[in-house]
Amino acid sequence: MAFVGWRSRDRQAWGLLLPMLAIMLVVTGYPLVSTIRLAFTDTSLVGSHAGVSLVGLANFIHALSDPDFRQAILRSLYFAFVSVGVEVVLGVLVALLLNQKFVGRAFVRTLIVLPWALPTIVNAMMWRLIYNPDFGSWNALLTQLHLIDGYRSWLGDPGTVMNMVILADVWKNYPLVTLIVLAALQVIPQELYQAAALDGAGPWRQFWKITFPEILGPLSVALMLRMIDAFKVFDIIFIMTRGGPADATKTVSFYVYQESFTYLRAGSGAAYAVVVGLMCAILILLYLMLLRRQQRAA
Amino acid sequence: MTRRKLVPTLLVHAGVAALVVATLAPLAWLFIMSISSTKDLTTVPLHWLPEHADLSNYLRLMSLAPHSTGQEFLYALRNSLAVSISATAIALLAGVPAAYSFSRFRGRMGLLYAVLGTYMLPPVAFILPLYLAFSALHLLNTVGALVIVYCTILLPFVTWLLKTNFDAVPIEIEQAARLDGAGLLGVIRHVTLPISRAAMGTAALFAVLLAWDEFFYALLYTNDIQAKTLPVAIGDFAAGRAIDYSLISAVGVLASLPPVLIAFFMQKSLIVGLAHGGVKG
Repeated sequence: MAFVGWRSRDRQAWGLLLPMLAIMLVVTGYPLVSTIRLAFTDTSLVGSHAGVSLVGLANFIHALSDPDFRQAILRSLYFAFVSVGVEVVLGVLVALLLNQKFVGRAFVRTLIVLPWALPTIVNAMMWRLIYNPDFGSWNALLTQLHLIDGYRSWLGDPGTVMNMVILADVWKNYPLVTLIVLAALQVIPQELYQAAALDGAGPWRQFWKITFPEILGPLSVALMLRMIDAFKVFDIIFIMTRGGPADATKTVSFYVYQESFTYLRAGSGAAYAVVVGLMCAILILLYLMLLRRQQRAA
Repeated sequence: MTRRKLVPTLLVHAGVAALVVATLAPLAWLFIMSISSTKDLTTVPLHWLPEHADLSNYLRLMSLAPHSTGQEFLYALRNSLAVSISATAIALLAGVPAAYSFSRFRGRMGLLYAVLGTYMLPPVAFILPLYLAFSALHLLNTVGALVIVYCTILLPFVTWLLKTNFDAVPIEIEQAARLDGAGLLGVIRHVTLPISRAAMGTAALFAVLLAWDEFFYALLYTNDIQAKTLPVAIGDFAAGRAIDYSLISAVGVLASLPPVLIAFFMQKSLIVGLAHGGVKG
């Protein structure tokens, strides 16, 4: 669009961007660079800052050789892969279901937005009460259905705790996948299915030949979005388990939080944060590539 | 109905029934807990419905008596409202021109992706320097500090959503206004924004939901009723030694009402936002 000359056009473009860029540079750019700088020092959150000295790569060497931190990375990966895996499969299945014709369809479509809208902290608190070992409704339900013999401590057992947290997370987050896939399903031309049916393709073949390619773009964007979020998981862990029992749910975000704000070791906390940030950056780059491809296709 | 169609129809209805139960049961239980007495909730085997509805929890939350749960809740509600609305307003003020620039002046898309990427980095990459800066500026435990941080969470997202929308506004309408002598800001204000009212609404709703939900920064940067938001207050209630289950359930119900009502009644615009945005989890 050529309203005005090239140079003043450029100035206008940057002028409009200025407020946003100023805020982002000061409140995310500066702290990000600072975190990286902190990671090379032995800064502590207590005492004076006078004695701070550069320690080179010591914090990073410490972080990467820390077996507890490696455990935390594995836990975050487990949480991310299992919860997002279930969310994607369940999300697509529910989207396919809600794309069928049935009485009350509009109402049910509205209903599944509710878990997604529930605040994360309320969801975590709600499930913590549901799983309560002494009088929670999960125990009551399974006992009254004779599925278990007696009440159990679902969040107190290192063997079950992670999966129980994942269940709570899936319940809240799979609707995002459903909503995105459902939107994509609704624009697939029905003629494609009619033609395929004439060629003798059954529902299974129709799904893989027609539906799946059509929803793949939006689905992969949703998947990466959830993956990045799940890898960073903190809130639900903090409320439901505080990383316990026996560190069974101590994910990377929780680990860095403790290093910085419980043990007050800012320098080494920053090094852990940089490592976590770099791992996220890989996922984010993948996501941005997918998002750009989606934009081009649209 | 032919036999061929009966089985799939039955399957669909069974699936829908299961879906409805699985969606509503936990929510219904949260509500039931909030109107039950502690005695009802702690009997084994559990009675699913209380003998009579007990609204005293909600009444207790409507009190400003010093050091009461009600006071903690009402202040947190105030702080959450203040933070969400202020941060959303600032994000829109800065996001609209930025989105317009990305939409109409080509060649800076890399920058937009960079901003989006930065905002998706984990908060742990930013918390320490921000903590030190807020501490030096005496902004710890203020609503202002949260507004500043939340702007950076809302801005990339609002910018992206509005940019996608501005792309769909026909350029010819703006050119006509330009020929009539309107300046760039005049065109945005009087032509582009009125056409994009729906998108502005969607962006504002998402922004409020995002800010309402934030927990990590609020946990780190606030420490009493002056600045604690609802998620932090709920975290405190849930961590107390003698947990009052029905009381925190009531807090949970009240804290969920605004986002749940928004989602329920504004669903159309939210889904449009999800489909075009794809940048909020």
